[in-house]
Amino acid sequence: MVGTVADLLAAVLLVAGALLSLAAGIGVLRFPDVLDRMHAATKPQTLGVLLLLAGLALRLRSPSDLGMIALVALFQLATAPVAAQMIGRAAYRTGRLDRALLETDEVDGPAPH
Amino acid sequence: MTAGSRTSEPSHGRVKRWRDRLVAYGWLVLVWNLLWGDFSWANLLGGLVVAGVVLVFFPLPPVTFGGRVRAGPLLVLVLSTLGELVAASLRVAALAVLPGHRPHSAIVAVRMRVPSDLNLALTAEVVSLVPGTLVLDVDRDAGTLHVHLLDTHGSRQLAENKERVRVVERRIVRAVGSAAEVRRLGRPAERGT
Repeated sequence: MVGTVADLLAAVLLVAGALLSLAAGIGVLRFPDVLDRMHAATKPQTLGVLLLLAGLALRLRSPSDLGMIALVALFQLATAPVAAQMIGRAAYRTGRLDRALLETDEVDGPAPH
Repeated sequence: MTAGSRTSEPSHGRVKRWRDRLVAYGWLVLVWNLLWGDFSWANLLGGLVVAGVVLVFFPLPPVTFGGRVRAGPLLVLVLSTLGELVAASLRVAALAVLPGHRPHSAIVAVRMRVPSDLNLALTAEVVSLVPGTLVLDVDRDAGTLHVHLLDTHGSRQLAENKERVRVVERRIVRAVGSAAEVRRLGRPAERGT
């Protein structure tokens, strides 16, 4: 009984995580410039992976797998923002951004409108 | 800036560095065992060797932990970060999927009230996970985060978003900062650039 409930919950979590990852992918395709795209690549993607991992944990339920899943989740949370920041910084410093989309840029003076 | 130069007694600083190294060593051994999937003597010994090699060849930068962990505020930090991660994900996902939307964005500079390396790093990490904000660059000397805002309109929303970054900082310092750092939060925020 408990196993069935856990399996059901796992299925829901896996589908939700997959949908969020799909939305992240669509965002990366549709957002207009690099910086906007990095938003899509960090938030829904991170939560998507976390939900997938939670689903996996509920389905596998063995201690060794749980340890591995916890590690993946931890490193995902720790590294995704760092990767996004590195890419964002590189894009900003090399001027690969669409200034027409910016309301303001306090680092480099207000954007020309 | 090294850990030693900040403390008045050099021997005290050295003790702290060794404590930091020991914590890192134990953590690496634990990770090694988790990666292999079970705890055994072979994994423990292998982990001790590998962690030692890692620490010798990739020495830690002297970011030392000067505060103390407070359980209540830490729980607040973890729960609110998870909640905001969910909210952020749904919002960005909606922006991505809804047709005909062209997000307006902005880049702002937010000055931190507690410009320690650890606080800058933690705040930058969490800020990238909460709604609509992404850290572009860290000005370590000025203690300033350069933050990219997704989907923002007008100066009022700009101010709100900056305040949100400061709220994240406050939560982090309350959870893991030292007493002196917590006191600095009480001061009025410096005028951001």
